[in-house]
Amino acid sequence: MTSPALLQPARAPTRIAQLFRRGDHLLWISGGALGLAVLLITGLLLLVVLNGLTFFWPFPLTAVDRAGGPPLLGVLTATQPAHKATPAQTQFRVGNRELYNFDFIWVPTAQLSNYRAPDDAVEVERQENGDFLGFLQRLEVGGRVAATGPAAWDQLLALQPGARDLAAQATTLQRDEIGALNARIQDAKLRLVSAQLAAGGLGSPIDPALAATVTADLAALQARYETLRARAEALAVESVAAQAVFTTIDGKEKKIALASVVRAFKPNAMGFGRKIGHYLGRAAEFVYGEPRESNTEGGVFPAIFGTVMMTLIMSIVVTPFGVVAAFYLREYARQGLIVRLVRIAINNLAGVPSIVFGVFGLGFFIYFIGGGIDRAFFPAQTALHVPTFGTGGILWASLTLALLTVPVVIVATEESIAAVSRGAREGSLALGASKFQTILHIVLPASVPGILTGVILAMARGAGEVAPLMITGVVKLAPGLPVDGTFPFVHLDRKFMHLGFHIYDVGFQSPNIEAAKPMVYATTLLLIAIVVFLNLFAILLRDRIRRKYHTGAF
Amino acid sequence: MEPPRPAVPPVPLPARPVVAVGPPAAVAPPPVKLRVRSVNFFYGAKQALHSVSLDIPEKRVTAFIGPSGCGKSTLLRCFNRMNDLVDGARLEGTILLGGQDIHAPNLDVIELRKRVGMVFQKSNPFPKSIYENVAYGLRIAGVRQKSTLDTVVEKSLRGAALWDEAKDRLHESALGLSGGQQQRLCIARAIAVEPDVILMDEPCSALDPIATAKVEDLIHELKREFTIVIVTHNMQQAARCSDRTAFFYLGQLVEYSDTGTIFMNPANPQTEAYVSGRFG
Repeated sequence: MTSPALLQPARAPTRIAQLFRRGDHLLWISGGALGLAVLLITGLLLLVVLNGLTFFWPFPLTAVDRAGGPPLLGVLTATQPAHKATPAQTQFRVGNRELYNFDFIWVPTAQLSNYRAPDDAVEVERQENGDFLGFLQRLEVGGRVAATGPAAWDQLLALQPGARDLAAQATTLQRDEIGALNARIQDAKLRLVSAQLAAGGLGSPIDPALAATVTADLAALQARYETLRARAEALAVESVAAQAVFTTIDGKEKKIALASVVRAFKPNAMGFGRKIGHYLGRAAEFVYGEPRESNTEGGVFPAIFGTVMMTLIMSIVVTPFGVVAAFYLREYARQGLIVRLVRIAINNLAGVPSIVFGVFGLGFFIYFIGGGIDRAFFPAQTALHVPTFGTGGILWASLTLALLTVPVVIVATEESIAAVSRGAREGSLALGASKFQTILHIVLPASVPGILTGVILAMARGAGEVAPLMITGVVKLAPGLPVDGTFPFVHLDRKFMHLGFHIYDVGFQSPNIEAAKPMVYATTLLLIAIVVFLNLFAILLRDRIRRKYHTGAF
Repeated sequence: MEPPRPAVPPVPLPARPVVAVGPPAAVAPPPVKLRVRSVNFFYGAKQALHSVSLDIPEKRVTAFIGPSGCGKSTLLRCFNRMNDLVDGARLEGTILLGGQDIHAPNLDVIELRKRVGMVFQKSNPFPKSIYENVAYGLRIAGVRQKSTLDTVVEKSLRGAALWDEAKDRLHESALGLSGGQQQRLCIARAIAVEPDVILMDEPCSALDPIATAKVEDLIHELKREFTIVIVTHNMQQAARCSDRTAFFYLGQLVEYSDTGTIFMNPANPQTEAYVSGRFG
């Protein structure tokens, strides 16, 4: 018999007590934490997306009169309300850096009057010195006036591609043909040094016949160099023949060679469709183009290429390395104190500051291994103090990042090995498979999805890492991509560009930070997009493998 | 307190007559396939088997019955040395397979496991296609020829009564099969390498009655070619399928005899109590 007193508590529980008993407070706390995290991430992404995506839009040009100064022509970029002694201010991007010494200007809003949007205001994106904002007066070809007024604008648009093409030819000549020639001159010099080294040391007398051949070669190459240089100079002179003469809104005249005009446009006269076209054109240039103006303008293609290539090399190295290590730890090593210590050490490796890995990479990969390779295989270069592998390069940076991310792969692989059912292993062993065969044919395939999860995490971590790269091979501006048309086509010893470093460099090292800000956002957006893209690829691969084998039985 | 059970009626007769399955007494006994002599088995300090000796006849079904923890699975796993995988496991005594000591130091365990196949309690198909599951044993033995593999896969699936259900989906994942089909696939996988002995560790404990009946029919078929040792908790199953039955209790072999004798006329009162359901 149950007494009725037991069913009735002495005191009715308070609302708070009821709340705690049901665990509602934990639900609210955990839900709130998740909500906060989602909010922060969404906010960050939104900030990056909005700022990154508006970078390419042709905003209207505003002309305005200013009390106590010349009138202004520029893009309205920001306003600031009055604060204490400072009056309300308006910010303009006025461009014309070489004339004004600044791109942006803050003006007290009260001084401004007569806002207007002149249809004939031109924005010129230049190869150098940032944008020019002003009005086209006339076009000169070879020093003679070719067109004035509206005809000048049409002429400008018609002549600009040809002039750009000439300039591009000059650049190509300079970079590719003269570059190749330089490599051959260097080769000839190295042959001389190699012969000297073989004869007993630098400066030793060598076979006069060989010396004569090399000297003749050098002379021929030098002659060829002179002709090429002359051609490049001629091209450069020809390309600047066509010049556009502009005036700024305050009456200064400025001549701009059409060859240095990346694009000229009249934002106030553009329709929506034209603006879209302009937007897409600039976005495409950003993705496919080369950087200009110490990286603050133009494209980031070399950085994209470097980032993707480095991440892929890193994944190719880290995956087998981490998987093999995890298999040994989980399947072969005797589980005891030492293995536990090793496991703890691996987990803590993930907490070592990444710059420490960079320093390790510099000391071990570059100086020790790279220096060793140089001494063993490139004695002539070493004698001339020209390192090949003994300096930062994409291979060493990738290997350093592989070290940095290997704990992630090991941990994920170990987890997925542990999740392979005992039944499947025993089934394999009972059929006469050796332990190795069981691991190879049963355990490894079953743990591939888990391994790929580890690789996804490693890629995400590696692609966004900057600090260790700065001392293992990343540069602000690489002369060439790590893959090109010269033998052996893949140059793992080359320095490279990287989006993460690009963000740091443009955002914090450039002389004109205000102008570079949108570029930083756009680059960040691109880096995030690339990481997402790489991850998506790995996730699709993983799901394919999962679907293939794990259809679920019951 | 458990209420006292009512008096147990005589063992209910199994569905199929046992007598018809067992070998007639007059015929000479079949040759011995596995000879177990004075086997003591230890998991670390704990002794799991106490001086067990028995002979397992060739091409017959031998059932091991007994309550959980009595050592029957342990003995079964000694026959293909699966206990090697357990840390601290140790065996004394001898087990002879066709006259050969399977715990001899120079014995090739991989070779032994090819001769002594095993089917587990929980069906454990590999996460591969049905075809690859059956071909697995041959592939790891180095068979590459497609025609040989095809022949063996079909023969084994037919042998495991799975061919008709699986022939149109040979290259689909084995994990898409039903539980009973998966267990028959594991049997097909075991017979593909043509072992001498098949060990079955409670093969039907996770199956429904229909799937169980199919596996039991299969066992009847298989004993024409293979020596079968089956561990089961289901006494009707032991009575239906087996020719010989061994009753284990607390690591000791209590009674080992023809199945008919064990169920109808056991010599040991403990056996009688167990098979009649009074304990266990």
